[in-house]
Amino acid sequence: MTAELSDIVQRVAGWARDGEQVEAYASRVREVDVRAREGDIESLSSAESQGIGVRVVSDGRQGFAYAAALDDAVLEETLAEARDNTAFGSVDEWYGLPEPDGVAPPELDLFREELLSFPTDKKVELAIELERVARAADSRIRAIDTAEYGDAISELAIASSTGVAASARRTVCSLVVDAIAGSDGDTQTGYGYSVGRSPGELDLVDAAEDAVRRATRLLGARKPPSQRLTVVLEPRVTASFLGVLSSALSGEAVLKGRSFFEDRVGEQVAVSGLTLVDDPTVADAYGATTTDAEGLATRRNVLIQGGRLERFLQNTYTGRRSGAGSTGSAMRGGFKGTPGVGARALMLVPGDRGPDELLAGIERGLLVQSVQGLHSGTNPVSGDFSVGVEGLMVHGGVVGEPVREATTASTLQRMLLDVVAVGSDLEWLPGGAAGVTLVIGDVTLSGS
Amino acid sequence: MIEESVLQRVLGVALRTGGDFAEVFAEDKRSSSGAFDDGRVEELTSGRDRGVGIRVVRGETTGFAHTADFSEAGLRDAADAAAAAARSGEGGVREVALTRREARRPHDVRVPPEDVAKAAKVELLGRADAAARSESGSIRQVSASYGDSRRRILVANSDGLLTTDDQVRTRFMVQCVAEADTGMQTGFEAPGRTVGFEFYDDVDVEEIARTAARRALAMLKARPAPSGELAVVLKRGAGGVLFHEACGHGLEADLVDRDASVFRNRVGEQVASPLVNLVDDGTYAREWGTYAIDDEGHPSQRNVLIEDGVLTDYMWDFLRSRKEHRAQSGNGRRQSYQYLPMVRMTNTYVLAGDEDPDGIIERTEHGIYCVQLGGGSVNTATGDFVFGMTEAYMIENGEIAEPVRAANLIGNGPEVLKAIDAVGNDFDTWTGTCGKDGQAVPVSSGQPTLRVARMTVGGTA
Repeated sequence: MTAELSDIVQRVAGWARDGEQVEAYASRVREVDVRAREGDIESLSSAESQGIGVRVVSDGRQGFAYAAALDDAVLEETLAEARDNTAFGSVDEWYGLPEPDGVAPPELDLFREELLSFPTDKKVELAIELERVARAADSRIRAIDTAEYGDAISELAIASSTGVAASARRTVCSLVVDAIAGSDGDTQTGYGYSVGRSPGELDLVDAAEDAVRRATRLLGARKPPSQRLTVVLEPRVTASFLGVLSSALSGEAVLKGRSFFEDRVGEQVAVSGLTLVDDPTVADAYGATTTDAEGLATRRNVLIQGGRLERFLQNTYTGRRSGAGSTGSAMRGGFKGTPGVGARALMLVPGDRGPDELLAGIERGLLVQSVQGLHSGTNPVSGDFSVGVEGLMVHGGVVGEPVREATTASTLQRMLLDVVAVGSDLEWLPGGAAGVTLVIGDVTLSGS
Repeated sequence: MIEESVLQRVLGVALRTGGDFAEVFAEDKRSSSGAFDDGRVEELTSGRDRGVGIRVVRGETTGFAHTADFSEAGLRDAADAAAAAARSGEGGVREVALTRREARRPHDVRVPPEDVAKAAKVELLGRADAAARSESGSIRQVSASYGDSRRRILVANSDGLLTTDDQVRTRFMVQCVAEADTGMQTGFEAPGRTVGFEFYDDVDVEEIARTAARRALAMLKARPAPSGELAVVLKRGAGGVLFHEACGHGLEADLVDRDASVFRNRVGEQVASPLVNLVDDGTYAREWGTYAIDDEGHPSQRNVLIEDGVLTDYMWDFLRSRKEHRAQSGNGRRQSYQYLPMVRMTNTYVLAGDEDPDGIIERTEHGIYCVQLGGGSVNTATGDFVFGMTEAYMIENGEIAEPVRAANLIGNGPEVLKAIDAVGNDFDTWTGTCGKDGQAVPVSSGQPTLRVARMTVGGTA
C-alpha cells in the first residue's frame, strides 16, 4: 500500500513546471472503533480515509489545496487550485520547500503485522471485557460512560520537486475507559487507558483499574481552604503542562513575537535539574516517527539543558528565516494543512526518586490527579495560566483526603523555576509528551 | 449527489443482515480560507471533502462504515461493512421506498462564497491588519484569517426519508499581540454566520480588528486577577458559552442515557434560578449553529430546555428518541461523513430578562465584570466546569474599574444556575466550535447581561 502512496506523491511532484516547486503529502488511515455498553456492542465503526495536500511555491509566494480523495482527476484539480492560490500570497524570500539535508531517518519499527490479522470479533471482546472489568472492580462504580477499543493503521508519503522523498507507516491500538463512581450523593469520574502498537501490547486490567481507582478515590472531595503548599503533579498532568509549554518553544511562535522565550536562548529559564528534550526517534514514544511533515528525518532535539534554554523547534521556513536551520520538527494536522512547527515526543529527563519516595518527603502538599481548563486557562504568549485542580492532600508524607474545585494560577516561566524534583517514573502517554511525576514548590492554591 | 434508485438498493444491502434501521449520509464540502500573519498573506487554502457514511442499527447496536467512493459498488461495500457490524443472523430482504422531503430553510444565502473572487477576500485581510496596527504602536503582531465553506448533505434512511441541505458558513478571525514593559498580552475576536459573502455587509472587518487590538491593549494594563469567591457579572454575549458548557452538555440525551449527566431524572424540577429560561434553537436565522436539517435529516427546531428555572426537556437525536419513544428534536449532528451522529447543541441561549444591564453593575459592590470568555470544559457527570476569562474588569462600588489578567472561572453547573440573581434586558451571541468525543461542530451561544452571585475566580492576587 505504501508503494502506491509514494507513487502518487512522486507523480504530483513531477508535474511541477519550470520555476515552480511542488510538494505532495498523502496519507491513508484505516481505523476500527468499538464501543461497548452493558455487555453488548454499542457501536462498531470501520473506516478508511485518505487524502492529499499540495503545496506550491513560485515567485516567492506559497499556495495550498487539499482533497479527501486520491483519484487522478482530483490530484490534477488540487494542484491547479494550489497553483491558483499562490497568486494571492505575499512574496516572502524565505518561502521554499526543503532540500534533502543528508540526515538519515532513524530506524524505527512502528508497524505490527499482527494487527492486520487480528479479527474484529476479538476487538469487540476486548471492548466488552474492558467494560465488565471496570464495572466489577468496585461496588461504588455506578456507570461506565465509555468503554472503547480503537486501532489505526496509517501510512503517509511525501515527495517534492526539490528531491525530498519519504514515507512511513505505523499501527496503534488503544483501550479507553471512563468510569463514574457514586456514593452518598457524590459523583466522581476517572478515566484510564492503555496504548500500544498491537493488541498484545495492551493492558486491559490496568486501564480498567486505573479508571476505577481515579474515580473512587475522589469520592467525598471538598473544596480545600486557600493556602500555599507543594504540589506533586501526576505523570499525565505533567505531560499536559509540557504540551502547553511546547508552543512557546516553537520557532514559528518566536519569529512572530508570540513566545515568552524570545531572545532568551542561552539563559537559565528553569532550575538546573531540568532538562527537556523532544525526541521522536524513541520507538516507545506515542509520537515517534521517522519523518517530519516535510519529509526530513526526525532527530533528537535538546531544548532546555540543565535549566538553560538551548534552542527552538524549527521547520524549513522558520529554520531558514531564523538562520537556525530545520530541526526536523515540521508538523501538520493531516493532509488538510500546511506544515507548522511542533513537538512530537517531549520528555523531561527523569530524576532518581520514584513518586512514593518524593511524596514521603512532603510535609504539606497536594497530589494533583487532574487539571481542568489548562488550554482555555493558559495564554501561551504571555505564559500566564489558571487551572482548576483536583487530587489528594498530602500530610506529613502521607496521602490523605480528596479535594476538588480548587484553582491555582501562575506563569509557566515561574513554574519552571519552582520545580523541586523530577521523578524517575517516566512513561510515554498518548499525545506529544511523556509523563513523569513533577514536584513544584510554593504554589498558591485558592479554594474556600 | 446519489441517484434515488441507488440509494434504495444500498439501503436494501444495509438491511440484509437483520438491521432494523439503515441510513445513508452523503456529504460534499468545499472550503476556502486565507491567512494573514506577521505582515503578509501567508497562503490561501482550498479544500474538498466528499464521502458517504452508512449506518445500520439493530436494537441498541450500531454498525458504521464510510467511504469516499460514490459508485454503487463502493456504496454497497460500505453498506456490507456496516451491516456486518450490526448483524443478527436473521437476514432478509426489505424494499425501501423513499419520499423526498424538503425542510424549510431558516434564511436565504445571497452570495455563495464560490461566486466571490479570491482577491476580494484577500483584500479584507490587509484592511484588518492595518486597522489593528493603527490602534496603537504597542500592537506587535496581527494575525487575520477568513474562512468559508459550502456543505451539501443528503440523508436517506429505511424509514423512507430522503432529504438534503446546503449549508454555507463564513467567519473572520483576528488575533492581536500587544507588548509593553509588563509583558505580552493577546486579544481575539472571531464572529461567524451561516451565510455567504453578504456576511461582510453586516460586519466590518476593521471593527473586528480594532476590537481584538483594544482587548490586547486593555490586558497590558491589567492587574493580577483576584482569587476566591466573587460576584461575577457576565456581559451580554460573553457568558453564553458558560451555559453551553455548564448545563447544555448535561441536557444532551445521550449523556443522560449513559448516566453521565447531573440532570438525569430531573425533568420537572427547579434546577435554576426562576430568572433563567434556556433555549436551544437550530432555526435562529443566520446564526453560526443554524441549519435546515440536522445530520440525520430531521428539521431543526427551537427547543425550550429550562423555563422559569424548571427543567423542561433534554435535546435528542434519532437513537435516543427512538429508545424513549418520543420525537427527535433536530439535534443529531456529526462533524462529517466520517463520524456517527450524536446529540449536539445548535445555538444555545438564555432569554433576556427585564433588568437594566447598567443597573446590575451598579448594584454590585465588589466583583468581576467579564466581557469575553475563551474556551472551557465541563465534566457532565459531576457538573464541574472551568472557563478562561480573556477580557475582564474589576467592579468596585458599582462601577467598572481596572482590567484583570486572564484567569479561570471554576464552578459547578447546577450551583451556578441557582446562583443567578439578575438577568438584563439586552442580548448578544457568541460564535464557537464545540468539541465532544473528538467531533467538532459549529455552534453559537448567547445571553443577556447577568449576574452570578458567587463564583470561584482562579487568579493570583
